[in-house]
Amino acid sequence: MKYMIKKILILIMTLLVISILTFVAFSILPGDAAMTKLGIQATPEKVEVMREELGLNKPVIIRYMDWLKGAIKGDFGGSYQYSNTSVASLISERMSATLLLAVISFVFIFISSIPLGLISAKYSGKWLDTVISQLMQITMAIPSFFLGIILTYIFGLVLKWFQPGRFISPAEDFVAAVKYLILPALAVALPKIAMVVKFLRNSILIETGKDYVRTAYSKGNNENSVLYRHVLKNALIPVITFAGMIIAEILAGSIVVEQVFSIPGLGRLLIMAISSRDYPVVQAMVTYITLIVIIVNFMVDMLYQLVDPRVKTV
Amino acid sequence: MKKRTRFLTLLAVMVLLVTVVLGGCQGDKGTEYSTNDNDSSTKTAFDAEAGEATTGGSVVVGMTQDLVSLDPHVQTDAGTRNVVFNLFEGLVKPTSNGDLVPAVASAYEILEDGKVYSFTLREGITFHDGSQVTVEDIKYSIDRYAVQAGSSVFSALEEVVIVDETTVEIRLTEANTEFLGDLYIVYIIPESNTDVAVNPIGTGPFKFVSYSPGQKLNLEKYDGYWQEGYPYLDEVEFKFVADMETAFVELQAGTLDILNYLTIDQVEILGDDFNIVEGSMNFVQALYLNNDYEPFQDTKVRQALCYAIDKDSINEFYAGGRSRLIGSHMIPSITKYYEEGAEGLYPYDVEKAKELLAEAGYAEGFDLVITVSSAYSQHVSVAEIMVENLKAVGINASIELVEWSAWLSDVYTDRDYQATVIGVDGKLAPCSWLIRYESTYGSNFFNYSSEAYDSTYAQAKSTVDESEKVRLYKELQMMLAEEAVNVFIQDPADFVAMNKVLAGYKFFPIAAQDLSTVYYVE
Repeated sequence: MKYMIKKILILIMTLLVISILTFVAFSILPGDAAMTKLGIQATPEKVEVMREELGLNKPVIIRYMDWLKGAIKGDFGGSYQYSNTSVASLISERMSATLLLAVISFVFIFISSIPLGLISAKYSGKWLDTVISQLMQITMAIPSFFLGIILTYIFGLVLKWFQPGRFISPAEDFVAAVKYLILPALAVALPKIAMVVKFLRNSILIETGKDYVRTAYSKGNNENSVLYRHVLKNALIPVITFAGMIIAEILAGSIVVEQVFSIPGLGRLLIMAISSRDYPVVQAMVTYITLIVIIVNFMVDMLYQLVDPRVKTV
Repeated sequence: MKKRTRFLTLLAVMVLLVTVVLGGCQGDKGTEYSTNDNDSSTKTAFDAEAGEATTGGSVVVGMTQDLVSLDPHVQTDAGTRNVVFNLFEGLVKPTSNGDLVPAVASAYEILEDGKVYSFTLREGITFHDGSQVTVEDIKYSIDRYAVQAGSSVFSALEEVVIVDETTVEIRLTEANTEFLGDLYIVYIIPESNTDVAVNPIGTGPFKFVSYSPGQKLNLEKYDGYWQEGYPYLDEVEFKFVADMETAFVELQAGTLDILNYLTIDQVEILGDDFNIVEGSMNFVQALYLNNDYEPFQDTKVRQALCYAIDKDSINEFYAGGRSRLIGSHMIPSITKYYEEGAEGLYPYDVEKAKELLAEAGYAEGFDLVITVSSAYSQHVSVAEIMVENLKAVGINASIELVEWSAWLSDVYTDRDYQATVIGVDGKLAPCSWLIRYESTYGSNFFNYSSEAYDSTYAQAKSTVDESEKVRLYKELQMMLAEEAVNVFIQDPADFVAMNKVLAGYKFFPIAAQDLSTVYYVE
């Protein structure tokens, strides 16, 4: 219980600090929403009128307090860029696409990296390990966006397995949405798979050298049962931490991949909001990303206990 | 042995998984595509221009930006104006060659030498919600625009008078014969609509269906449109794509039917698979100079820059030589007022440029930072060529890339810059272009100030005699050119790619992407 309260307090403090930082950063950046809305047709008078309309003429501190009052009640206000569309609806609309992309990518990472890591460790130094390591080295070196462009070109323009740009929202047709997201998820997952495999392989190799492994062998266990029952469990602990980081990253929007595949997800929303100085949207998204990172970290802590009962939370 | 089998099983399972996943994807989409392909291959056999126009069908138009507002009385950027042109109409409406023809009004009369404009409401014209357009709606729209837009033209609006049920008079405080050139953008909307930005209602050929911020805008044909036979299409979708590269891929994949602002390289990649329509972007692209920056206070330095920059190679690079090079702040599509004489004033001449710099005391050159918005790759690449040109005459130029918001704030509003490359647009009224150089004008970001210019401008604006007006506006353009206020480059060519089975695309001398004339070829 004490542990929970401590965690929640930390969560609130972090959110506060981050929201203040974002606000300050935005007031330092040149340009504001009124200017970007009016563009090159603007005259100083028109900009003033629009600032008044958007409430941008108030001092930063007052604007922050106004925002905070709303945010506490769960009201993140209206977007500047999109004539007052509520920020909550903008984000929730895009959440489904990003969430689905994250889930599919994670499934890819999970189903391929654990077997590959195990094989790689088991046959360490042999040709199979070398082949896997080399492959992983290559996929790790390719950035997601480049992979995205190549996948779009091959599967979209040459083979025509999918039509670039025609994303159907999961609410409309779930199966079609999943199909469209397979390639983007692959682009997100491939470099991450490589990292997890390397991580897991090293972790297993370190564990195999430990005393309990010898004990396990001396108790009459064969290689496989030692590997799966004893080593893997321990080797997974650092991998879980790493996986937690990956989830947070994907959920916060795989910005570039969304851009390349024209997926209307959170990453694109964030970029658009920053460049048009739409701070209600940015503020809400930063809060959301912070929440995710903290919650995922919390879940990772919980998972540690499951995998390794020695880790006790006090 | 056991180890090996286990591994093989694992491998087999994985291979199977991947095949199932990808294969499943292929199976479905594959069939979907083959039908599409058949369609287009049979249709491409026809020559698009020669084909018969058909009604019906839907198109997806690509855009690399989102809309600023659907409220037609909010002053916005060219991209948004391109789109709302389909939804709304003013009392008059521009044709593709820049003439103004009656639209919501069926006739108009200019009285008292341009101080009073009288309009007759078109009989039976209706809004998208089916209601009749009334003279009250017209008065409401003009008054609303005058307040919201805050433009200098409408500060001279005295009042809008409802004469009778079909006649409206606009009275101005001073004569303005160019008034119609600003009036076309005052879109007529119903007074009863309280939520203009969310539920836009107009009299245009298409009516609003839905808008998803950052994703798309859907329109459908308005059956009650007053122009018989238009529009041809049943549905139009404007799709907002993250960037030009992504949009280009979507065009090639067939997701987009129409895409504008293509580069010459992209046009060449498309080859014969698409119809390419060529027009112009309707903006003045120039190396805009801050006339307050020390070296630029000297006319000779500015002229030297004009000689130093090789416009032809910019044109060649930009559009394969298809853009129209200009010499002053006016686009050639505004034919009546355009001064051709400004074009050839400064031929590319490195020696001459060096000479002028030496005369001005800058024989050793100087440092110059060109601030460019990273959002517009076409301006960035032009700036890159300029940097090389300027180096050849000893000016040490460099490019500073800034975000669009930062550009608007630092360069456009605060005028804290040395030089910049951008495209500046205007309306049909010639004063909308030339007012920018008036010394007290709020957006004179070049810091140009000349008494002679100000007085000639005031005279041109108030002159009622049309031929005198033309002469004065041409004189103003020559003044800007001779004084080399900026290095005027071009009104860039605009390439629009269209699905092979579409035709009827028209260009306008203003920001308008009119889809009412676009049709599928029989």
